[in-house]
Amino acid sequence: MLEELTAGFPILSCILFLPVVGAAVLWLFDEEDMVRTSALTIALVELALSVFVLLRFVPESAAMQFTERVRWIPALGISYHLAVDGISVLFVGLTAFLTVLVVVYSWDTIRHQVKLYMMCLLALETTTMGVFVSLDLILFFVFWELMLIPSYFLIKLWGGGAERHYAALKFVLYTLLGSVFMLVGIALLNINYHEWASLHHTDQTYSFDLLELLTVPIPVSQQLVIFWLMFLGFAFKAPVFPFHTWLPDALLEGPIGMAVVLAGLKLGTFGFIRFSIPLLPDASKSETVVMVVVVLGLCAILYGAWMALVQVDFRRLLAYSSVSHLGFVVVGLFALNYQGLQGSLLTMINLGFSTAGLFFIAGFLYSRQQTTQLAAFGGMAKQVPLLATFFLIIGLASIGLPGTNGFVGEFLILLGAFKAKWWFGAVAVLGVIFGAAYFLWYYERSMFGPLGAAVKGTMSDLQPREKIIAVSLSVMILWIGLYPSPFLRIMNGSIQALVDRVSQETKVSLEGNGFERRY
Amino acid sequence: MSDLTDLLIKLIPVFPLLAVLVNGVLGHRYSHDMAHRLAWGSVGLSFLCTVIVFIDVMRTGASHEVIAYQWIFGGDLAINLAYLVDPLTCAWLLVVTGVGFLIHVYSVGYMHGEAGFTRFFTYMNLFMVSMLLLVMGNNYVVLFIGWEGVGLCSYLLIGYYYDKVSAAKAASKAFVVNRIGDAGFLVAIFLIFINFKTLDYTKVFAQVGQLSPDMATAIALCLLLGAIGKSAQLPLHTWLPDAMEGPTPVSALIHAATMVTAGVYMIVRNHAIFDLSPFAMSMVAFVGGGTALFAATIGLVQTDIKRVLAYSTVSQLGYMFLGCGVGAYTAAVFHVMTHAFFKALLFLAAGSVIHALSGEQDIRKMGGLSSRIPWTHRLFLIGTIAIAGLPPLAGFWSKDEIMAHAFTHQHYLLYSMAACGALMTSFYMFRLTYLTFYGSSRMDHHTAEHVHESPMIMVAPLMVLAFLSIVGGVVLGFPPEHGWLHGFLGPVVGVGSEHEASAGMVVLLMGIAIAIALMGWGLAHFLYVVSPATADGWAEKFSAAYRILLNKYYVDEFYDLMFVEPLKRLGAMLDWFDRTVIDGVVRGVGRITDWGASGSTWIEKHIVYAGLNVIGYGNHLAAREGRKMQSGMVHHYAAIIVAGLFLLVLVVQLFAPM
Repeated sequence: MLEELTAGFPILSCILFLPVVGAAVLWLFDEEDMVRTSALTIALVELALSVFVLLRFVPESAAMQFTERVRWIPALGISYHLAVDGISVLFVGLTAFLTVLVVVYSWDTIRHQVKLYMMCLLALETTTMGVFVSLDLILFFVFWELMLIPSYFLIKLWGGGAERHYAALKFVLYTLLGSVFMLVGIALLNINYHEWASLHHTDQTYSFDLLELLTVPIPVSQQLVIFWLMFLGFAFKAPVFPFHTWLPDALLEGPIGMAVVLAGLKLGTFGFIRFSIPLLPDASKSETVVMVVVVLGLCAILYGAWMALVQVDFRRLLAYSSVSHLGFVVVGLFALNYQGLQGSLLTMINLGFSTAGLFFIAGFLYSRQQTTQLAAFGGMAKQVPLLATFFLIIGLASIGLPGTNGFVGEFLILLGAFKAKWWFGAVAVLGVIFGAAYFLWYYERSMFGPLGAAVKGTMSDLQPREKIIAVSLSVMILWIGLYPSPFLRIMNGSIQALVDRVSQETKVSLEGNGFERRY
Repeated sequence: MSDLTDLLIKLIPVFPLLAVLVNGVLGHRYSHDMAHRLAWGSVGLSFLCTVIVFIDVMRTGASHEVIAYQWIFGGDLAINLAYLVDPLTCAWLLVVTGVGFLIHVYSVGYMHGEAGFTRFFTYMNLFMVSMLLLVMGNNYVVLFIGWEGVGLCSYLLIGYYYDKVSAAKAASKAFVVNRIGDAGFLVAIFLIFINFKTLDYTKVFAQVGQLSPDMATAIALCLLLGAIGKSAQLPLHTWLPDAMEGPTPVSALIHAATMVTAGVYMIVRNHAIFDLSPFAMSMVAFVGGGTALFAATIGLVQTDIKRVLAYSTVSQLGYMFLGCGVGAYTAAVFHVMTHAFFKALLFLAAGSVIHALSGEQDIRKMGGLSSRIPWTHRLFLIGTIAIAGLPPLAGFWSKDEIMAHAFTHQHYLLYSMAACGALMTSFYMFRLTYLTFYGSSRMDHHTAEHVHESPMIMVAPLMVLAFLSIVGGVVLGFPPEHGWLHGFLGPVVGVGSEHEASAGMVVLLMGIAIAIALMGWGLAHFLYVVSPATADGWAEKFSAAYRILLNKYYVDEFYDLMFVEPLKRLGAMLDWFDRTVIDGVVRGVGRITDWGASGSTWIEKHIVYAGLNVIGYGNHLAAREGRKMQSGMVHHYAAIIVAGLFLLVLVVQLFAPM
């Protein structure tokens, strides 16, 4: 019954445009509480739609689902093509989930220009959703770029730090610089398609559609060029070491809500698994690429953890721990085997609960002490036992303790890395030790010991809204940690397809149609 | 029967898990009485289930594999949350739930009136769950969940008095040092998967023969690293003495009877892999022997009652490793069991002393307590005799079996290390007993006034443990090499040794062992009862050695100097590097862009928009949006677009057909 009613219903478009339409509606309201309530309602409806998609999603399948496709600019082969598969569908749910929590968190922590803030947040949700559900590369690119606008304003206008203008600009420039390279890569993909299509006299001569581009062989040498161009785009965004210096600034200077989205949604590495690896399998598995990228990933793991060890500001620590975690993700991705890819994908989702969760914790700390500097804390577990408990639970998830979601992802990544080359895994394992060190050391100094000098005697423990955030994150953390089956089943089909695609032998030389003659 | 057994196996970890959830979430809503009843009641139920399962396993000799649910899977990997209960697991289960139950009961009295009473029992139950998973798992990953889980609980319970700086530091240290071992363990798991394509014990051990000797050695050494961390062996032993910051029942349960023996469990469980590698085996033996001796020397001079016991634990764990290393697996498990009895007894009795003295732990401030707390005294003495290795108490049989095995298999160096260690064990334990319970009182007036015997709820569990310490050795392991435990564990660890010692040899070795224990006792008696001045004289005469021992060979200081400080310094250097060099490059590029931007208006007008229309309609939109934002931005944006366009043209020129 429900099936019939929903068949053909453009649910992804609804998910995509509900927030931005909602943002427009917010414009009509003047009363702040009304704005907050409406924003929350919109975010909750969005979450409900996303959960609906997740429930109706057919697991263990590699197929694109909920597909919507309309020609947009046929002359250039650009179409409005939305769909989700096992790789992207979880991000849709995660984005909706985090946005709800950010709205809840911002309820009383954002005090000026509430309306504009909520509008930016909802606009950001639309653009982020767009990145995850677009299958057309130009459409994807549009959302990728549009994302910068609300992000820029969120950091610049609601950031808490003195350097927020600098941080906002740096963030935007970094991403833009990367996306220029990516755009060139996309253009080359299009040109390649055109060449091939002309040779084969197909009806369509241009395409930016992922599924169509996948059907066309790309010579290895060109794959390499495109790979590196796109790599820069994604690596700047991710950020992959050594392109990470915008991240600490943006996370520290921007508002907590923005930091949650920036650190929780791993757009850059999503780009790798969505586009780079399937489109450019031969480049992705070439010796040089694997070596360079994995070594960068390994550097990131150790470098990030090491940097995190010496940070005294919790948000800076989290920024570097993000760099370290992304190192794991990159290593897993370019292990290019089942466990590596599956672990990386799961870890990207996991970080949306653990790292983003720790940013919420940072926000809770910030609400109490107006800073996240270590000097402001000490011995707080006595004052705020609930906060300390959730801090520990989410923190342990971020360092991959078994029983939490972090372990499942990290274990799979390490296993994948070991399968690829034993020393990839051996180096990455060191990150496990450092992870425990930087988190526990900070936790010990902030929560344990005698009451810090700057800690006021009358600090309040978690408030109801904060409890909602902490509990819902912890539930997700333990769910994925103890019973990841539903999540793994959603991924399995697409991961298997990706592994098959990567492990196939190069087809280009078999075509024998003179296609490769130019190169 | 089998179905019932399977159900009971599934239930064993569920009871404490339920207690964790209920106490953890609702604990603050009801009284302490309710909380502790739930806690020890749940462990008691687990114990009952364990006993029934144990009887079934003993009767049928069958091992049970029970799958709870599918946990991590995909591709060629399938990991279940599943249990394997065989004789080896049964042995550990009995110790964990049995001794665990007694310690839970004891804790009700010991922790009475403490802030965070419910929190304590929640953590203790969580520990039980983890430890049960550790010994019950049917594959390496479930073992690893338990392994890390007990580490977490150890962290939480060491840091129970978290407002004490030393406790907080000890907790972090325990966790991080353990993680070094855990990393080794993880590597071993990955190597096993790569070699066997599975992580289930039964499947791995079925095809263990295909393993090349080098690979076997590599896996065994990685496993050993994990075991060294968890069981506080050299060189990762430093966390265990510091762990004494936790409440005493925690020291008894986690840091003596159960968790620290997990390393031994892991080695015995994987004996099939260790057996393939003589090198790894001798590493195990020498790590064990070295630790047994090393920790015993430190134990000689410590003045904190719990620290003496802590070093004693490290040393005794060394014996178990030594036993594994020479292939005496059953003897090692035997020693794990007897050690659980008498070391839990000693710790809990020490707790009773501390309780009586209102928190005093320094044995220099004790003395003459035998008449004031007679029950504690008697029970502690039983524990001392048991660990010193005097027959017929439990410690004698198990320790003697390990040493005899080493001797009859021609490991004479290891045997002499163990013998020296045994001498010292006997000495420092009797020293501890004499200083605590005999001689004249060195308590201050205030403490002396409040000395009182512990309540029944604390003494009763001690009595049970004392009883086990007395008879446990004979029941489990008599006659040597042919005791009940040998028959029971035989199917798991393999039976029979080609070097069957003659009866005369067995008796001779026993005689030597007894003589060693008596010598230690005699020496302690001489130094601390007959002529106390001599002890101080010796300490002065060998002051350098004395100071080295008192400072535990300065290992902690060495690690700080060699690893911790350089790590932090390097971290600070990297921080500088990140801010100035990496970010400096970025800022430099930013400035160039800035400069370029000012000159790019013309290009923007004439080329950019024309180009954009062709190349990227979306980008065009984005640029228009950008222009609305802020004029300064647009220049940057444009400059980048221009740069990108040039690049694009360049690339297309290079690759496009002529």
